[in-house]
Amino acid sequence: MTAILAMLQTERLVKLAPVDLAIVIIYFALVLLIGFYLKRFAKTGEDFFMAGREMTAWVAGLAFVSANLGSLELLGWAGSAYQYGILAAHWYWIGAIPAMLFLGLVMMPFYYISKTHSVPGYLQLRYGTGASGLSAITFAIMTVLMSGVNMYAMAVVMKVVLGWDLNFSIFVSSVTVAIYVAAGGLFSAIFNEVLQFFLIWFGALLVPILGLIETGGWKGMVARIQQNFPGQDFTHMWSNMGHFQDNPMGMHWTGIVFGLGMVQAMGYWTTDFLVVQRVLSAKDIRSAKLAPVLGSFFKMAVPLIVILPGLLGLAVLPMHLVPASQAQAGQFTYNEVLPLMLARYCGPGLLGLGITALVAGFMAGMAGNVSAFATVWTYDLYRPFIRKDAPDSHYVSMGRWCTLIGVFISIGTAYLVMGFASIMDYVQALFGFFIAPLFGTVLLGMMWKRVTKAAGFWGLLAGTVSSVTMFLLMHGKLPMFGRSSEQWVSLFALSPQAQGLAQDMYQSLWSCVTCVVVTLLVTLVTKPRPDSELVGLVYSLTEKAKEEKVGLLRRPIFWGMAALVILVVLQIIFW
Amino acid sequence: MSEKHEIIPVWFFVGVLFSIYGALIFVSGLLEWSHPPNTVLANLHAPVWWGALLLVLGAVYCTAFRPGRYKA
Repeated sequence: MTAILAMLQTERLVKLAPVDLAIVIIYFALVLLIGFYLKRFAKTGEDFFMAGREMTAWVAGLAFVSANLGSLELLGWAGSAYQYGILAAHWYWIGAIPAMLFLGLVMMPFYYISKTHSVPGYLQLRYGTGASGLSAITFAIMTVLMSGVNMYAMAVVMKVVLGWDLNFSIFVSSVTVAIYVAAGGLFSAIFNEVLQFFLIWFGALLVPILGLIETGGWKGMVARIQQNFPGQDFTHMWSNMGHFQDNPMGMHWTGIVFGLGMVQAMGYWTTDFLVVQRVLSAKDIRSAKLAPVLGSFFKMAVPLIVILPGLLGLAVLPMHLVPASQAQAGQFTYNEVLPLMLARYCGPGLLGLGITALVAGFMAGMAGNVSAFATVWTYDLYRPFIRKDAPDSHYVSMGRWCTLIGVFISIGTAYLVMGFASIMDYVQALFGFFIAPLFGTVLLGMMWKRVTKAAGFWGLLAGTVSSVTMFLLMHGKLPMFGRSSEQWVSLFALSPQAQGLAQDMYQSLWSCVTCVVVTLLVTLVTKPRPDSELVGLVYSLTEKAKEEKVGLLRRPIFWGMAALVILVVLQIIFW
Repeated sequence: MSEKHEIIPVWFFVGVLFSIYGALIFVSGLLEWSHPPNTVLANLHAPVWWGALLLVLGAVYCTAFRPGRYKA
C-alpha cells in the first residue's frame, strides 16, 4: 500500500494516510460489486434503460438529486460561492425548487402517461422525428461534453490536492463507471447514485460544522469576511441586486428571476433527460410526482455542504484564491476551495471520506450522463434512424456498448477541454445552448394543441442557433459587425458589468424567447395536427391521471406547498 | 425496491458502507487521540464522534434493511 501511495502522490497539498486510501479502495470495490450484482436484473430494455419502472419515490427522488450532484457541481459551486458569495445559492433555491416542483406536479403526468422513455421520445410523439432527432443529437453532444468537463474538473483537483496523476484519475474513475453502468444499466446507476448521495453528505458535512465552530457561528463568519474583503457584500441574496454594479456577480434581479428561475432552471429540471430519466423510473404516477418534490427538500439543503464552505473559505483561508485563468505557480484557484477546506479540518480517515465524497460526486454525475446518453442514442437515434425492428435484446446489447463508447468519448472530451482556459464559464453556456430553447419547445407542445410539427422543429433550431450566436458574439469569437464584445455583452446581458454567469442567464432567456416567438410564427402559417393524434400529449386533451386516494401527508401537492414555504422563508432570512 | 424483482434494498448497501467507514474512522480517531493531526480544531477529535455516528447509522440501516426483511 505504501508503494501505491508513493506512485500516486508527487507534489501535493495533503498527504493520504493508509486508512484514507483504504476508504477510497473500499468505495470502488463496493460500486463494482453492486454493478455486477444488479446485472442479473437488467435483462430487458425496460429494465436496462428504465430500471424496470419500479423505483419508490424516495429512491427516484434521491437519484434525481444525486445525478445532478456531480464533482463539477460540488467543486464549481463552492468555487462560485468563494467568487460571488451567497448569490451562488440562487442556483439551488430559486434556480431549482420552483422548477423541480413544476416538473413533479405539472409536467410529470405527461411524461409518465405517454410512457415515453426519454424527453426526445416525448418530442417524437408530439412533433415527429424532426424536433426529436434535433433534440436527441444536441442532448447526446451535451452529455458527453458535460461528462468530460466533469471528469477533467475532478482529475485536476486530484492532481493539485493529492498529487495524483491526471491520466490515472481519469481512467480509473471512468472505467469503473463504465463497468457498473454497462452491467446493471439504470438499476445500477440509480443504486449507486443513492449510495453516493449519502456519501457526499457525510463526507462534506464536517467542513461547514467545523468551519462555523472556528468562526463562532454565522455572525462571526460574516464579520471575518467583511474584515478580509472590506466594502464587498458576499452575504446578501437580493438586497444588492437592484443594480448590476452592486454585487460581485454583476447581476440584476431580472437575470435571476427571468433568466435563471423561469428559463434556465425550468429548462434544466424539466427537460434535461439526465435528471428526468430518474423520475421516469418511478413505479407509479404518485411516486413519479412525489420524487421531484422530495428531491426539492434535499436540493434546498445542498448549499450547506457547497455554498457554506465557499463562504467559510472567504472567512478563514489565509490566502486569496484566484480565477483559473490567472493562477500562477503556487496559487490556488476558486475551484479548489472545497478541497482546501477539507484539508484544513480533516485528518486521516475523515480526509479519505471527504476525497471519496468528491470521487462519488464525479461518478454520480458521469453515470447520470452516460446512462442518459445510452438511452437517447439507442431509443431516439439508433432505433428510429438506423435499425427499427430489432428484438429487445439487441437494443439492450446496444445500450451496453453505448455506455462504454459514451465513457470513452467523454474521456476524449476531458482531454479536449484541457485546452480551454476557463472551463466553468462554458458549462452554464452549454445549458443555454441546448436546454433553454428545449424548454420553450416542450412547454408549448404540452400546453397548446395548435402548435405544429414544423413549428416545434424550427423553433428549437432557431433557439439553439440564437443561443450559440449570442455566446460567440459576447466572447469575441465571431466577426463583430462593428461592435466590441463588451458592447455585445451590454446589449444581450443589459450591462457591461455582467460577469460570466450573468451573461449566461440572459443568453438563456433570449434563446428561449427566440424559440417561443419562432414557434408561434411558424404555427400560425402551418396546419395543426388533429386532436385525436394529441390525446395524452397536450394538457387540454389529456384526462387527469388517476391516483390512489391517500391522506394529506402522502400527497405530492402538500409537500410541494411545504417546499415553497421553506423557499420563501430562506429568501427572507438571507435577503 | 422491486415488486417484480427480489433485489437487496439499496439502503442495506448504504448501511454496509457506513458501518465499514464508521469503524475505520472511529479506530483511526482513537489511535491518533494522543498525537492529533496538524489540522485546525484537531483538539475536538472529530474522527472519533463522526466515526461513531457513521457506525451507529450503518448498523441501524444494516439491521432495518437486511436482505429478506423489506423491499425498499
